[in-house]
Amino acid sequence: MSDNGNEPRKLAIICSKGSLDMAYPPLILANAACMSGIEAHLFFTFWGLDMITDSKMDKLNVATVGNPNMHPMFHFPTFIGAIPGVSALATSMMRSEIEKLDFPPVREFVEMVMDAGTKVYGCKMSMDMMKLTGDDLIEGAEVLGAMEFLEIAENAQVLFV
Amino acid sequence: MSEQIVNNILETVEFDEDGYMVDPNAWTPQLGEAIASDLGINLTDRHWVVINFARKEFEENGEPPTLRRITKRTDVNTKELYQLFPGGAAKTAAKISGLGKPTGCI
Repeated sequence: MSDNGNEPRKLAIICSKGSLDMAYPPLILANAACMSGIEAHLFFTFWGLDMITDSKMDKLNVATVGNPNMHPMFHFPTFIGAIPGVSALATSMMRSEIEKLDFPPVREFVEMVMDAGTKVYGCKMSMDMMKLTGDDLIEGAEVLGAMEFLEIAENAQVLFV
Repeated sequence: MSEQIVNNILETVEFDEDGYMVDPNAWTPQLGEAIASDLGINLTDRHWVVINFARKEFEENGEPPTLRRITKRTDVNTKELYQLFPGGAAKTAAKISGLGKPTGCI
């Protein structure tokens, strides 16, 4: 589906974060792109690889350190976020909200966007660093280097998460 | 449907600039066929499973269902949904079902 009358729109998102709260923005955008007929590509690098690593994707946690505006329900200062158990509590609260709103968990969401046509790639360099192979990733994910990704992203709107 | 017939039917209702029916209550299955034909889609029984479900949800809840709800409540899975309604499943299905522009994210 083309909006400028010349070429179909393409969206390429680089996913570099592995926390539960940062897993959703790229997935929601990729899903919205597919629903609108925009070609979507997701490139997972570094901590983002956790989102498509079979053994990790069901266990993402919320980052409670480093966000000085952390909320909801109450504003808690960033040093509290470092206390053992706080991230687990925030994670369980977020998971419960996700379930109440009937949003898909990460694994189901990744599978859903892939079924909708989103292409999913693991960054080769990060995978080497983390000692991962293609077999560790969700089925259907490809392994690519940065240059290949940039070729795919030609004429795409590129986002970095 | 011939192009002439399609145009005749489409002229009986109003569409917005994006191609969505302005009044969802004015939809009829024949209009659905005409809109689909205009989009180059040949409706099969599988399409109607989705269209009928979307219309039913709209009538019962006042809102069309999200694509995920369609895949959870009917036997049409995500892959098939995108094959049935190419060019952006949410938009295409909404246009053919006479429902407004989709606003959900899921």
